[in-house]
Amino acid sequence: MNVIIDNIDLFWDGLLGTLMICAYAAVGSLVLGVVLGIFRVSPVPPLRWIGQAWVTVFRNCPLTVVLFFCAFGLPELGVDFPDFYLWVGILGLVLYTSAFVCEAVRSGINAVQPGQAEAARAIGLTFTQSLGLIILPQALRTVVPPLGSVLIAMVKNSALVGAFGVGGELFATVDTLTSARGLPLIPVLVGVAIGYLIITLPAGALLGLLERKVAIAR
Amino acid sequence: MSTVLYDTPGPKARRNTLIASVLIGLALLAVVVVALLKLNEQDQLSELKWGPLVNPGNPIFPLVWASIGEAAVNTLVAAGWALVFSLIVGTVLAMSRVTAARWYRWLVVGLMELLRGLPVVIMIFFASRVLPNYGLGLDNVWYLVIGLTLYNSVIIAEIIRAGIASLPSGQLEAGLSIGLTRWQALRLIQLPQAFRAMLPALISQLVVVLKDTSLGFIVLYEELVRRANILVQDPQMQNPLQMFLIIAALFVLTNWLLSKLAEWVERRLSSRTAAKADPAAIPGTYASATGGAAI
Amino acid sequence: MRSRRILAALLAAGLTVTLTACGGGASRSAVILSGATVDTAATFEPDSTMARLKAAGKVTIGTKWDQPLFGQKGLDGKPGGFDVEVGKIVAAKLGLRADQIEWKEAPSKFREEIIERKDVDMVIATYTMNATRKKRITFSGPYYTAAQDLLVKRDNTTITGPDSLRPTKARVCSVAGSASAENVLKYIDAKQLVKFDVYSKCRDALRVGQVDAMTTDNAILAGYLSQSPTAFKLLGTPFTKEPYGIGISRGDVKFCEFIHQVMVDAAKNGTYQKAWTETAGKFNKAIPTLPEFDSCA
Repeated sequence: MNVIIDNIDLFWDGLLGTLMICAYAAVGSLVLGVVLGIFRVSPVPPLRWIGQAWVTVFRNCPLTVVLFFCAFGLPELGVDFPDFYLWVGILGLVLYTSAFVCEAVRSGINAVQPGQAEAARAIGLTFTQSLGLIILPQALRTVVPPLGSVLIAMVKNSALVGAFGVGGELFATVDTLTSARGLPLIPVLVGVAIGYLIITLPAGALLGLLERKVAIAR
Repeated sequence: MSTVLYDTPGPKARRNTLIASVLIGLALLAVVVVALLKLNEQDQLSELKWGPLVNPGNPIFPLVWASIGEAAVNTLVAAGWALVFSLIVGTVLAMSRVTAARWYRWLVVGLMELLRGLPVVIMIFFASRVLPNYGLGLDNVWYLVIGLTLYNSVIIAEIIRAGIASLPSGQLEAGLSIGLTRWQALRLIQLPQAFRAMLPALISQLVVVLKDTSLGFIVLYEELVRRANILVQDPQMQNPLQMFLIIAALFVLTNWLLSKLAEWVERRLSSRTAAKADPAAIPGTYASATGGAAI
Repeated sequence: MRSRRILAALLAAGLTVTLTACGGGASRSAVILSGATVDTAATFEPDSTMARLKAAGKVTIGTKWDQPLFGQKGLDGKPGGFDVEVGKIVAAKLGLRADQIEWKEAPSKFREEIIERKDVDMVIATYTMNATRKKRITFSGPYYTAAQDLLVKRDNTTITGPDSLRPTKARVCSVAGSASAENVLKYIDAKQLVKFDVYSKCRDALRVGQVDAMTTDNAILAGYLSQSPTAFKLLGTPFTKEPYGIGISRGDVKFCEFIHQVMVDAAKNGTYQKAWTETAGKFNKAIPTLPEFDSCA
């Protein structure tokens, strides 16, 4: 217990690091995922194929492999930016998570009553209008629970970016504390586990509440 | 259902679609060409880099593929055991959650919430570093299997619970009315149907397990990803990108086949059980059952 | 209906068979490159570790599987390198052939742990002898002295040594959990350090310019330099001393002294030198001399 209290600052930094990475990654994957979800129902075939291919590749590939390509493939293509490994870690999370967001959005769009789309078309709305004004607002409402689960899973997955040169994230603190400061492993691991639970448990509870609200609203 | 979103395209819409398609196609082509040129510039397309992986005439090709094959078996073995144990533990958890008396249900629920809230890496790490301290020294593979089981059994328990919940209540009532106990009704009537309804979700979960075996590097288990990492350390094999491209292709292909299998099973089963095969159709269980299992 | 089910089962079985068919790895008999002879007639004090290992006909040695030149698992699945050859020399004196050695992976993070847990009889894995580690295990050695150095791109003129790292704000790469990553923190800010799980990733990051330098023991860096002499240069400004020892159970003085004697004999009869020239020496011509022995306490 002392190990946790004595190093609370490091655990706190790690927690903030994880939250920061996840905040960027959440925004990125939500935006990208919704765009891909729209691609998947679009009237233009190549867009549908892109969406399909994206989901097939990123949903079926281990996150470690996706992260590897971001960290070591992009430089070969001449891609470079400051704080490279941090952003690359976030990018890896975004690519991977967006595939799941896309699937959730697509199933949300499919779950909207066909009558809604038919009504929209009947009053003369175009594809973009009916999607933007009628379908998506309803779809997004139904996909709040699955999206929440996807984002919580993303928080847990973020533990992997530490292995790709990203410093200051929660799981990487295990390494800092046990190898650099020579602290015993078990209390450090317990501390880090608590850190993740601090994020995931309240998020899960909040999601449960939302889920009930949405269920009533339908 | 996506076709409901837009009218059947007329000649003008068809022309616009065609133009958009061609433009997008050209843009994609341009991206691919630029990427290939860049890669060629970095000497990433040479025989030196690709030969050991794709040219059977390369002297080290057989060695490399023998090694990859061995690792693929390791991956399948770990995933297989993890799925078997997760199914057993998951069923037990689901049953105890459904039948538990109120005074200890919170314990089951609490345990499940705890396990669901933690990254898998932590569980694998925990298994590999803590169990040996209590005299449980096992082969690396078992730490990976234990870690994966801890995580996936909870998700499978939720899948099964959603399956039970999706059955019409008449199923249980009929069971009870012919004199079965709650336990018997669960075991003889509800579980078999729940399993059948949840088979597609269970197959999809295998995809998750298969991907998560790549965390074997934490316990030094030589599954595909870790073996690839070791192989590219060899002086003859300075081709990490090419190597991981092959590994990624293996994963995507296998998991894609698995998800096709899941879809096929889902279609087959949709007419043969009292339950709805799609947990997403059941309000209040989507997030817990599928969302958690999705990644 | 039924036939479709059978088809699915066949498909699944087919996949498994195809994957298994590739699984039969090639194997070749383990060779002692250093030319050390297996001392089958060796006798040891009863109850000593040496007697136990000889009687068991098997010794378990931990080494690195991803450290070129020192301990590297080859494409055929057999480990090779200077550390591995040293292990074979010790085993030979125990009366054990190379094929009686069971090799286990011993990455930096786990080395003390697997010795304490007795998963291995010894660890030979570019294992720097230091005070922290001596609290948990005993070292026999050193059998080699490395020094931490820096590898940079050949055309880099701003980094001239460890002291130039902070002013140039250089990004420095090393492996998580290694002593090298700790040592270099004296010369740089934590923000400048990029950590991966293996050194080859550092090499790749250095090659594409995502880091400006990589740091670890010069013996290891020399290996990477030899692979691409036109891309990198070794600075040759060592800033630590890394005496490599053989890690064994804490307090096993007899085993420690035995290993020491083996190394002294090996240095006299030339097998130590041959172990080097057959492995790391292929890239690193300077043959090391056996360093002065540290105590077994």
